[in-house]
Amino acid sequence: MSNKKNTVFLIVQDNEDARPIIEAVERDNPEANIQYQPGMVRMEAAGRLIVNRETVEEEIGREWDVQELHLVLVSLAGNVDEDEDKFELSWH
Amino acid sequence: MAVIAKDGYVDIVRDKVENFHGNQLVHVCWDDHLLFSAAQAFPLPPEMPFQALVSEVMTPVFSYHPDFEKIDWAAVEWMLDGEAFTPEMDKSLKDNGVCHKSLIRFKTPGLMGINGTRL
Amino acid sequence: MPAKKLNLRKRYELLTRGMGWETTHHDMDDVFPYDSFEGIKITDWDKWEDPFRLTMDAYWKFQAEKEKKLYAVIDSFAQNNGQTNLSDASYLSAIKLFITGVTPIEYAAHRGFAHLGRHFRGDGARVACQMQAIDELRHQQTQVHTISHYNKHFNGLHDPFYQFDRVWYLSVPKSFAEDAMTAGPFEFITSISFAFEYVLTNMLFVPFMSGAAYNGDMATVTFGFSAQSDESRHMTLGLEIIKFMLEQHEDNLPIVQRWMDKHFWRAYRLLALVSAMQDYMLTNSPLSWKEAWDVYFVENGGALFEDLSRYGLRMPKYHELATAEADHLSHQVWSVFCLLGNATGFHTFLPTEEKMDWLSEKYPDTFDKYYRPRFEHWAKQKEEGTFKYLEALPQLCQVCQIPMIFTEVETDPMQLSFRASEYKGDKYNTCSDGCKDIFDHEPEKYAQAWLPVHQIFQGNCGGATIPEVLEWYKFAPEDGGDYIGSQDHARWQEWKGTDKKVKEA
Repeated sequence: MSNKKNTVFLIVQDNEDARPIIEAVERDNPEANIQYQPGMVRMEAAGRLIVNRETVEEEIGREWDVQELHLVLVSLAGNVDEDEDKFELSWH
Repeated sequence: MAVIAKDGYVDIVRDKVENFHGNQLVHVCWDDHLLFSAAQAFPLPPEMPFQALVSEVMTPVFSYHPDFEKIDWAAVEWMLDGEAFTPEMDKSLKDNGVCHKSLIRFKTPGLMGINGTRL
Repeated sequence: MPAKKLNLRKRYELLTRGMGWETTHHDMDDVFPYDSFEGIKITDWDKWEDPFRLTMDAYWKFQAEKEKKLYAVIDSFAQNNGQTNLSDASYLSAIKLFITGVTPIEYAAHRGFAHLGRHFRGDGARVACQMQAIDELRHQQTQVHTISHYNKHFNGLHDPFYQFDRVWYLSVPKSFAEDAMTAGPFEFITSISFAFEYVLTNMLFVPFMSGAAYNGDMATVTFGFSAQSDESRHMTLGLEIIKFMLEQHEDNLPIVQRWMDKHFWRAYRLLALVSAMQDYMLTNSPLSWKEAWDVYFVENGGALFEDLSRYGLRMPKYHELATAEADHLSHQVWSVFCLLGNATGFHTFLPTEEKMDWLSEKYPDTFDKYYRPRFEHWAKQKEEGTFKYLEALPQLCQVCQIPMIFTEVETDPMQLSFRASEYKGDKYNTCSDGCKDIFDHEPEKYAQAWLPVHQIFQGNCGGATIPEVLEWYKFAPEDGGDYIGSQDHARWQEWKGTDKKVKEA
């Protein structure tokens, strides 16, 4: 397999509920490319992208259930690995 | 190859020629004249003379194109279901080998559509 | 504070695995009669895992939340006459095609997943399919609720479900959905969840909903994104089921590959309608079909199949052709709609100068060379009053059911692509190698296709003339034809007090 890492992406709605998630992704994935498109925000990265519960909670100032991500999710690419602390996308 | 089905398979042919009330389906396409977007479909009696296909079926539809009146019918190159052929104008569609759901294509040498764009 | 919560994995196990049992009064094969005849071998259903680990209780909670948000937007949209904020009323042709062509597929998917939610032997897969069945019903309902607001003000939105079963261009999505529904459960889920939802759904929803945002249609944006949040879960289910089948038994690979090839092509052909929506029907397009194809199929699909190559799965057959067609597809589809605009339930219109310049920029290799001339020719004819709709009916592809408008893009883009097969002494015409392969593999299935043009000629569609057929479709005279001069157009001018296009002219 090639060394080039394929892009994974997470697209969320461009709204208030998604903002702390976008900010958490920016903090935890410094390599991620964040694009604002009409109505939605596309966050892409080479090979892997993670949303950490703790970082979102710091941004939002309350407890946050990783599954709340479902409320703003638009699309994704990559294999999903989710547990109570993180939501992660990756290609093998 | 066949459908893999649990309990046998009901095999219905929906477009049998018998369902067309004595007609068969014939498709006609004017090559290099894509202004019409696709071949056109016509339900026609198999006994219809080929000449009638040209004058009564094709003419009303294709004469709208400015190239139509310039056609030299003696020079037209015909294809039937992918093979070059020379229709006998006074013989029927059937006797010319045109069958149900056949595709007749005709090319008009020298005529390449609106301003030569093949439209 | 509630008692300490179980972790996600444990909860998921209890609420899925814990819900099923081995039957003793009846043989498991009698209880689940449909999940083995396709030849897919499953040795251990417990290996199935939903990566989201969503359980029914969490599902209800989140779905209720999504509904509340959506209906708040729909209410405010209606109260504030949101329809007046559209970029142009001609944009609604896209919404008319959506409600008649896409919404009924949501309902078909609901039925299909309800079947799977009963008939898969594994409880994890059953629960995921039950959720998806409810999602699909929700999508259908929310789309109807949202778009019903437009139905108060505009034509062509009155009978989508009735029309879905009859109208010539709606037989394209209908036959796609019914092809999947009449297959076995594993083929159905490969078709809908993987080929359509994972590989291609981004092409439908993401650019289109972003397009709605770009055209001031906040109602559609909201139901679209609300549905799309479920869609992400469906996509993940699609990928999971493919990995699951391939991991369970090596004999599954050739079966899955063939389904992948078939349903990729079926879904791709269906999306030809979307390409026209994206490039022509949207007044302002945020992304061209080709750009969307490059991002969401070439790049993203490429990464996906590279990931799956470890199981031996390769890219779907004819994907290179689909990529080559990206430069032509929307132009060919919109051309035929313009030519048959007297028989559509939405308004057609020629691209404006501004739109054509945008198309030239987005399609530098093809638009000016192959497509601009026809739109300019028709514009001139309309000006002179000599434009005529097609008087005959087009040849249809036996498999995708689209008029045979596709051309040999790799060798001669102005030459129509014709393929044909013989079956039991009859001839069957197809538009491409992709559709021909599908026909040749299961001819007895596609020989049954209900092709609208053939049905009209057999006398099954209300009559032999166009007005009789349109009446049978329940198309009112004011629903179709040119947008310019239509009732929708007049209403829009009245609201706006002016009209950009008329002023320009």
